[in-house]
Amino acid sequence: MKVEVRLFATFRNERFKKKSFEISSGITTPKEILADLGIKESSVAILLVNGIHSKINMPLKDGDIISLFPPVGGG
Amino acid sequence: MYGYNGKILRINLKNKSYNIEKLDTDMAKKFIGGRGLGTKIFKDEVNPKVDAFSPENKLLIVSGPLTGTPIFTSGRYMVVTKSPLSGTIASSNSGGKWGAELKFAGYDVIIIEEKADKPIYIEIVDDKIEFKDASYLWGKVVSETTKILEDSSVQGAKIMTIGPAGENLSKMAAIMNDNDRAAGRSGVGAVMGSKNLKAITIKGSNKPQVYDSDALKKLSKELLVKIKENGVTGQGLPTYGTAVLVNILNEIGCHPTNNFQKSYFENADEISGETMAEKFLIKKTACFRCPIGCGRHVRIGDGEGGGPEYETLWSFGSDCGIDDLDAIIKANYWCNEMGLDTISAGATIAAAIELHQEGYIKDEELDGLSLEFGNGTDIVEWTKRIGRSEGLGRKMAEGSYRLAESYGAPELSMTVKKLEIPAYDPRGIQGQGLQYATSNRGGCHVRGYLISPEILGLPEQLDRFKIEGKAMWAKTFQDLTASIDSLGLCLFTSFAFGAEDYANMVNAICGTNHTADSILETGDRIWNLEKQFNLDAGIAPGEDKLPKRLLEEKIPDGPSKGWVHKLSELLPEYYSLRGWNKDGIPKEEKLEELGL
Ligand code: SF4
Repeated sequence: MKVEVRLFATFRNERFKKKSFEISSGITTPKEILADLGIKESSVAILLVNGIHSKINMPLKDGDIISLFPPVGGG
Repeated sequence: MYGYNGKILRINLKNKSYNIEKLDTDMAKKFIGGRGLGTKIFKDEVNPKVDAFSPENKLLIVSGPLTGTPIFTSGRYMVVTKSPLSGTIASSNSGGKWGAELKFAGYDVIIIEEKADKPIYIEIVDDKIEFKDASYLWGKVVSETTKILEDSSVQGAKIMTIGPAGENLSKMAAIMNDNDRAAGRSGVGAVMGSKNLKAITIKGSNKPQVYDSDALKKLSKELLVKIKENGVTGQGLPTYGTAVLVNILNEIGCHPTNNFQKSYFENADEISGETMAEKFLIKKTACFRCPIGCGRHVRIGDGEGGGPEYETLWSFGSDCGIDDLDAIIKANYWCNEMGLDTISAGATIAAAIELHQEGYIKDEELDGLSLEFGNGTDIVEWTKRIGRSEGLGRKMAEGSYRLAESYGAPELSMTVKKLEIPAYDPRGIQGQGLQYATSNRGGCHVRGYLISPEILGLPEQLDRFKIEGKAMWAKTFQDLTASIDSLGLCLFTSFAFGAEDYANMVNAICGTNHTADSILETGDRIWNLEKQFNLDAGIAPGEDKLPKRLLEEKIPDGPSKGWVHKLSELLPEYYSLRGWNKDGIPKEEKLEELGL
């Protein structure tokens, strides 16, 4: 299955803005995606799956969009 | 006298005279300062039914007991008056350095009364007050006025001024200080303009006294650690400013687009904080004694200057369907030059575009400009026309409610109590919607920033769609914010600090015995005082509402698709928690309990 990962703010540095991931066996939650990207779990302030705040161990399904933000400001 | 200077400067513009009066500090402490104290004095002295533009309306500039002290972000002042836009109490605050200088000059409050017969400005150097002719400044933009007055005043004087929008009585006019800081909302700049007061320059040589300097030093160290270790104040705001919110709000589908017709903007990344940092940012800037530094200094065409906040990127960007960051930055620049509230100005243009789309505004009225969602070419020109009150710009300068109403379509104005709602779609953020509806100054996000728990997860992550518990969160945030606004500090500190930290600060500086509870109780008192003023002013309790679109039209697409706001389910609990009756009127016993 395929999921899309969107990175924001400093997470983009030396990575990407948006990328499609073909999920191989073993990667089933955002936790594994973070490990794959070398992003520390503790540095993620907001994790969205399809625009909804989600937990790091939430099982992913085909077509999910994962958005990751480090701590970011208010307005 | 600790924290407070104990002095009110009362100015009569008609007679060009002034008095220095003693501040009743016991009374002041009951309302802290800033927003609370200002509202108390204003309510005691001004008939709530007053026409906002009549000489009988007063303009109060109020510092907090912490303004100008060594504590962090203490550069704030508050403008309190009756709003010409909403008819409610207006309390609009600004950062920069002007507020601290007011304190150094020896005053807590300036009360400006009556109206000058021709344009003047006031020069304050400690206890020397002079009234000076401002005819040659009338019509000049903010940066030019500031430069002229900086050159002609004593060295180091700080400048507060209105731009052409305030002179032309635009109900969206701001009071500007230090060039690009704004007491933006509620049309306070137009009240200043109605008094023929162009500017106030100020310079002081006293430092406010601190009750316990050692305790304050120790506390400051602890608080600095909190600021640095908090993700938002230590990393988020310093790195990207508030602009970083564009992508967050868009990713959750609560980024109002095309005048709230939808809430997901495909091209949001083009106008995001990330893109601004990559393509326009020159350096970051900070207000008086601020270790956070959320301000952005950016490239503007061939020049440079203050950059847009999140709300501005939204109002001139997504809300108008525009993804041209260069144009938005220029529109922001012209808002600063004209002295316009960027939220209301952009949101009013968005409403005008929909009025045009729906055929209410005719092509003949556009004087050759375009007025369409997604067309950024002319937003800069519209901004200037609003500031100068030219052509259709004159109607727009009245704000989106009066504009839409004049075409018989008030439902197209996305306002609460005639104040434009900012950049967070309450249909997908239920608590924030309750906060908008009940805000004492109308559609405003900073009377209680529930985005913090509902979106950013601070101090804990709430489910943004749920209504359970949101009434309590709204009340608590509103009360705490009222106190922070009264202390003279920047609201952004509240990402890192709690009520107890504010109690510790005010105790170290003023020698008071505040606790977390008494800070919240004081906020509750201020909130009820504002509510009383509004009721006396004729704002009906039924005005705690949201535009029909947000209650009835479902968000059509994106991650918050299908949601509307459930205000009617939230209001009864909110009123009950506030100790108000079912119509939203404070009960006698509640007012007594708060000593009102
Ligand atoms: S956080 Fe931003 S707005 Fe607040 S005092 Fe600092 S620079 Fe000014």
